[in-house]
Amino acid sequence: MSKVKVATVWLDGCSGCHMSLLDIDERLIALAEKIDLLYGPLVDAKVFPEWVDVTLVEGAVSSEEDLAKIRKIRAHTKILISLGDCAVTGNVPSMRDVFTVDEVLNRTYVENSDLKQLAPESVVPKLLNKVRPVHEFVNVDIFVPGCPPSADNIFYVLSELLEGRMPDLAMTARFGA
Amino acid sequence: MSPASVEIKTLKIDGRDVGAREDQTILEVALENGIYIPTLCHLEGLTEIGACRICLVEVKGTPKLLPACVTRVQEGMEVMVNSERLQNYRKVIVELLFSERNHICSVCVSNGHCDLQSMAQKLGITHISVPYRHPHMPVDASHERYINDHNRCILCTRCVRVCHEIEGAHTWDVTGRGSQAKVITDLNTAWGESDTCTSCGKCVQVCPTGALSEKGKSVSEMSKRRQFLPYLTLMREGRP
Ligand code: SF4
Ligand code: SF4
Ligand code: SF4
Ligand code: FES
Repeated sequence: MSKVKVATVWLDGCSGCHMSLLDIDERLIALAEKIDLLYGPLVDAKVFPEWVDVTLVEGAVSSEEDLAKIRKIRAHTKILISLGDCAVTGNVPSMRDVFTVDEVLNRTYVENSDLKQLAPESVVPKLLNKVRPVHEFVNVDIFVPGCPPSADNIFYVLSELLEGRMPDLAMTARFGA
Repeated sequence: MSPASVEIKTLKIDGRDVGAREDQTILEVALENGIYIPTLCHLEGLTEIGACRICLVEVKGTPKLLPACVTRVQEGMEVMVNSERLQNYRKVIVELLFSERNHICSVCVSNGHCDLQSMAQKLGITHISVPYRHPHMPVDASHERYINDHNRCILCTRCVRVCHEIEGAHTWDVTGRGSQAKVITDLNTAWGESDTCTSCGKCVQVCPTGALSEKGKSVSEMSKRRQFLPYLTLMREGRP
């Protein structure tokens, strides 16, 4: 049987969800026998593959780059998983939503900076007006709340999918955990 | 309190025959019989106000959903407390509470000790399906010992009621309407400048969320102590 193709992606998050994924510990070895990790911060691939079975998304959609990425990923993924509160709710990155983008940039690059008091206009992706959870832009198949979600919950989700079942986290995962 | 003339009613809750005093609510009778109805604004020891609508139930013969905490029992009533329709409504209500202010549980003082957060989990909510509003809400840290973060408030008015009914200070009230509504101290002055607040902290302990907290508590550290409430209520009722 061919291995299940998996990708991960890191949008506006702190990488804590990826750390929690690694916290699956030695069970990773069993997982690795059944999956091929094709793309994400944990592997050195530059381009998102033509097709993957499962993509785990960490982080909220915060910039134009995030938005382009998630649209492309959705189009090339069978099962999209919102991994962690940033992806699921907007979480900490969305705390900037009570301010305008100009206020945020001004605070960061002018008020709090001694040198070169100027917001970047190139290279750094342009921020969207509001930080939004992934499912406000594209269809999400599975939600794994938690900041970060526990390694056990991540392992449970992946192993259920590998068994061909749809995981149900309703009673075991909560926001903020 | 209960003179001999109190009538007994019989009714059905989720198909079970139960008996009740005529002055009891559906919620009271359900609780007495070990039947779970979710609640947020209800707190034993305070008057019921029917604010949160989480406890809505179906009663045969009426198309309206009725809040169990403020609906009196009637003879022959047939009550359903856990239909799929009700579960869906409850989910939507909780989702709306999450979307209305800024509930970022991971950085909340009440993370892990919050009635709203655990209600979401109990109802199986894994994401919020309505857009977040992220309004600009103030934080009042003027009190020597406590903080009021309006971002986490769900307007259950437990603080208002405990302060008025148990402490007798009536420091709290509600101002504004709809999503602009806010709990206020005295005549909308800073809590720290309140003449009526006795600093007893009852409001903080009954608050279901991270809206009211003790100063010096950081993320996840604010667990509420509510054991005092039934005791105080009993003492008050015992008075001549
Ligand atoms: S959900 Fe928490 S752990 Fe995951 S990326 Fe966001 S802040 Fe980091
Ligand atoms: S008050 Fe409760 S639901 Fe709101 S952010 Fe805090 S823990 Fe989460
Ligand atoms: S401050 Fe707390 S107790 Fe008071 S209305 Fe808001 S959520 Fe309820
Ligand atoms: S508990 Fe009945 S309306 Fe809130």
